[in-house]
Amino acid sequence: MSNIEERKEEIIDEFSMFDDWMQRYEYMIDLGKSLPLIDEKYKTEDNIIKGCQSRVWVKADHQDDKVVFKADSDAIITKGIVAILIRVFSGQKPEDIVKADTDFIDEIGLKEHLSPTRANGLVSMIKQLKAYALAYMSKDASTQN
Amino acid sequence: MKTETTLDVFDVDKIRDDFPILKEEINGYPLVYFDNAATSQTPQQVINCISDYYSRYNANIHRGVHTLSQTATDAYEQSRIKIQNHFNAKRSHEILFTAGTTHAINIVASGYGQFLKKGDEVIVSALEHHSNIVPWQMMCEKTGANLKVLPMHQDGMLKLEELDGLLSDKTRMVFVNHVSNALGSINPIKTIIQKAHDVGAKVLIDGAQAAPHIQADVQELDVDFYTVSAHKMCGPTGVGILYGKEHLLEELPPYQGGGEMISDVSFEKTTYAGLPHKFEAGTPNIAGGIGFGAAVDYLHKIGFDNIKEHEDELVSYATERLKEFDKIILYGPEVNRKTAVISFNFEGLHSYDIGTLVDKMGIALRTGHHCAQPIMKFYKIPGTVRASFSFYNTKEEIDIMIKALERAVKMLY
Ligand SMILES: Cc1ncc(COP(=O)(O)O)c(C=O)c1O
Repeated sequence: MSNIEERKEEIIDEFSMFDDWMQRYEYMIDLGKSLPLIDEKYKTEDNIIKGCQSRVWVKADHQDDKVVFKADSDAIITKGIVAILIRVFSGQKPEDIVKADTDFIDEIGLKEHLSPTRANGLVSMIKQLKAYALAYMSKDASTQN
Repeated sequence: MKTETTLDVFDVDKIRDDFPILKEEINGYPLVYFDNAATSQTPQQVINCISDYYSRYNANIHRGVHTLSQTATDAYEQSRIKIQNHFNAKRSHEILFTAGTTHAINIVASGYGQFLKKGDEVIVSALEHHSNIVPWQMMCEKTGANLKVLPMHQDGMLKLEELDGLLSDKTRMVFVNHVSNALGSINPIKTIIQKAHDVGAKVLIDGAQAAPHIQADVQELDVDFYTVSAHKMCGPTGVGILYGKEHLLEELPPYQGGGEMISDVSFEKTTYAGLPHKFEAGTPNIAGGIGFGAAVDYLHKIGFDNIKEHEDELVSYATERLKEFDKIILYGPEVNRKTAVISFNFEGLHSYDIGTLVDKMGIALRTGHHCAQPIMKFYKIPGTVRASFSFYNTKEEIDIMIKALERAVKMLY
């Protein structure tokens, strides 16, 4: 299984094939549409991340020493970026998730979506992914003691 | 008020030359600005007026004996008179400069908060912007007064027929917008004001959305309070007015304490200045106030009749073109009962996705709940796409928007 850096490289490679915004967005919309749906029963208030306009749901599970994320959004473009982030972060070790940055989003020409002032919930989502990872790390630490 | 300078011929291309921003490119495309209900663009005449203030006579007002201060004070007070004339207020001190509509509503809500008792009732309409809901809600929580809601019909008009059932001798205040920001509905405020007065209630009309399209006459309406924001009327941001009837403003306690609003201060007791200064504590937005006056002049130069005629044509044309999409859902009243606003969705698509894609093509539309969540809850949707037009927009721009929407919809389905 590839690590965070390798997955980022993969995504940068994929996006480097596109030469205009339309193609990038079409690809992102496809990614959004193909993101495995999360079960409606997990779309709860607890799992929701409120951006002003689009809503994002995130569910985290611990499998072995990895964190597995599932996510969804009610807007397709947001869902596309969510799919990209999930591809990078899901199935990784909590300590790697906590350390990872999201600069690659800039490199693939989607920087505007991760601006902290954009009302789409993505910045909060990344914080939430890291918070889950951090919670698992401290849980691991306490069980080892 | 038709002034001599009103344009004889409405030439939109010429008018567009007054707005430097309309020549901007966004993401490599010429800007198509259809978010006028959020904020309007500023003509060179207003920009020059503000720049002139800072370049030639920037000074604090009502304070200095020196010439600059006097020049600035005169310009600021002149602007108040222009706004007074525009709204046909009886006295210039019934026009209070504020930071905008939100500030103006808070002055009235917090003032009435000191008069209201438990069991009193205030009525709000279902079509309000959050800024005409939350201050009253806060006031009701504080005083134990009850908030009642005048509901809306499916078509985005108020259920006026239910007003009589809500009004009673317990009603103290009614607050309604003149025009809804999310749907553009023009509300029957004259009837609402009369009916409220019949039971002895006071009325605040939020005119923020009406002001760029409709010239309200506060005496003819017999309205108690009327509020607007300059930035929706081709003026600068962060300035607006509260109109209030003189005797009501006199009764109303001041909102903020500070310089400018006092008559005499000692540590034992302070007496307040008269109107309008009682409500204008601190150094105001002087450039903004003066720029607001220039914006009112500009709108009169264009002429409110011309504005209405051109905007009605735009909104009719855009509605027709939007109806060409089979999956379109339109919200709000028919064209003749609203201002130049169209709120819409495409079946199964999120407004955020539409807004994001058309922005890539240079088109500024507003998406989301438009600070009017109760309306969105009424329609059981998270939001809409809103196109709002101004007199400087064109049919060609509408065609560009339609093309962009076609591309966006094709990408999303
Ligand atoms: C109907 C209505 N009321 C109030 C406001 C608030 O105006 P401001 O933000 O200028 O205070 C707006 C602005 O969006 C509005 O549309």
